[in-house]
Amino acid sequence: MAALEAAFGIPLRSFRLGVELAVEGTVALVGPSGAGKTTVLRAVAGLVKPASGRIALGDETWFDAEAKLFLQPDERRVGLVFQEYALFPHMNVRQNVAYAGRARVDEYLERFRISHLARARVTELSGGERQRVALARALARDPGVLLLDEPLAALDAHTKVAVRGELQELLRELGLPTLLVTHDYEDAAALADRVGVIVDGELRQLAAPQEMVAEPADGFVAAFTGANLLHGNARHGPNGLTEIVLDSGDTIFSADEGTGRVEAVVYPWEVSIGHDHLPDSAQNVLRGEIRSLSYVGNRVRVRIGILTAEVTAASAEKLGLAVGMPAVASFKATGTRLVSSTSSGSR
Amino acid sequence: MVFPIVAIFFHVPLSTLLHQLTNPVVTDALIVSLKTVAISQFVTILFGTPTAWFLASHRFRGRSLAITLVEIPIVLPPAVAGLGLLVAYGRLGLLGGTFDFLGINVAFNQTAVVFAITLVAGPFYVRQAIATFESVDQNMVAASRTLGAGALRTFFRVTVPLSRGGLLAGESLSLARGLGEFGATILFAGSFQGRTQTLPLAVYNQFEAVQIPTALAISALLVVLSLAILLILKVGVLWQPSRQRSASLFDRSVSV
Repeated sequence: MAALEAAFGIPLRSFRLGVELAVEGTVALVGPSGAGKTTVLRAVAGLVKPASGRIALGDETWFDAEAKLFLQPDERRVGLVFQEYALFPHMNVRQNVAYAGRARVDEYLERFRISHLARARVTELSGGERQRVALARALARDPGVLLLDEPLAALDAHTKVAVRGELQELLRELGLPTLLVTHDYEDAAALADRVGVIVDGELRQLAAPQEMVAEPADGFVAAFTGANLLHGNARHGPNGLTEIVLDSGDTIFSADEGTGRVEAVVYPWEVSIGHDHLPDSAQNVLRGEIRSLSYVGNRVRVRIGILTAEVTAASAEKLGLAVGMPAVASFKATGTRLVSSTSSGSR
Repeated sequence: MVFPIVAIFFHVPLSTLLHQLTNPVVTDALIVSLKTVAISQFVTILFGTPTAWFLASHRFRGRSLAITLVEIPIVLPPAVAGLGLLVAYGRLGLLGGTFDFLGINVAFNQTAVVFAITLVAGPFYVRQAIATFESVDQNMVAASRTLGAGALRTFFRVTVPLSRGGLLAGESLSLARGLGEFGATILFAGSFQGRTQTLPLAVYNQFEAVQIPTALAISALLVVLSLAILLILKVGVLWQPSRQRSASLFDRSVSV
């Protein structure tokens, strides 16, 4: 499978979008809305012409600013699935899929389990069905690269989990270079081999999800992956640890090196909650009142003071956690990563 | 509002009206009208549609000016338009010599009638077509392109079907306006029976000649034709085969 190579720059209204990507397998671009994610997809598809750079799939060059080469979208082998799917409302499901190519329509209808909807109008379909039609239509083009714009954003929470699973499976089966954009880090981590965090048109970090959690490039990336960001000033502390005086007045320790203005990264699932704590020098302790509890499946997200912790529903019940209750949050100094301070705060 | 229309049918007995329909003045005018309106509508759609599409989908300097130029005839009194045509393309007009040289004689013949109707009625279609094309979801167009369709195929398979309702509405308006055209035609083409006398001109001509029943018969005919256009518009927009129903009026957005 030929890889997609895209390196280009596009001046946008308030910043310049610049990316450099080699897409093999699945790459997800995540970032806040307005970061330029969709523009990246549109540029690869040929719907937007970058000011500089080069886009190529294997040895097919689609865009080369220096050679003044720009192929129209219909001359590029791309399958773009739009955020709202952009199905043609004046055609039925079958006609939509056949628009790109008549040869294997039945095969695609079958594969996406929409044969029974062949004659249905697309406006009558559910969100999940629409997505299957959009995918079938994009693949009927026989593309060399698949582009997915917020593939899960148009779905309700209930449908989303199931569709995400299907999509995961599909992407693995297809083995096509796939570039998808989403504002949801969790979706990105679930679907992609590598995740790129893009902010204000700039690719901050491109790494495997587990790597991104282990070593976030900066505070923004960390916050985006779901971490707590604690701002403070660092200096050398006892036992080779770094002591951080947080802006909240608390003091915590980290095994990472750092001085001056830093952001301490603490993942919610590394925070434990109790009524009191056992004295332990390698354990950071923050006391606070429980501000909120939200149940997600069998997990509970607990807002305590400046932290968010994630504990199992069972342990939350055992502790009898309730909003307004004082509690103690503790996390290991070795699990407290330090990144240098960035201007962009949390999301 | 409706009373004058009703009155047309009841001022003289219905049998007189029907009898008058065989009057050569009426049949000649009907033929001239149908022929000139058909040609002018054909010309309008042929050239107006690509023009409207271009103006709707391209941003360039002078675009607003171009759109304003298209709109001018809508606000211009038809008599002024007719006089303008006369001094521009008439035998003694600015381009009269050029037209003569090319062997085109436009004053006081059916070509002149077509000119007058196209100028006055065409902009109603073009203006509506611009607005309709502008409202087509650009993601649909983009989707078509990424699915391998070129610009032309995208236009005919996606843009036009999605604009169907709006285009039909504009065309009906233009057709009705063209059928009723009076001022520009009488000034530029004159009112010669069998040549340039359209139905509205015949109404005036018969009225002047105190042939009231004939004038009324032609008027009744025009009322029927106008209502038919209105009916075709309503039916065309509202009733469409279920799978082909216009998206532009009812479900422009496929967002969930």
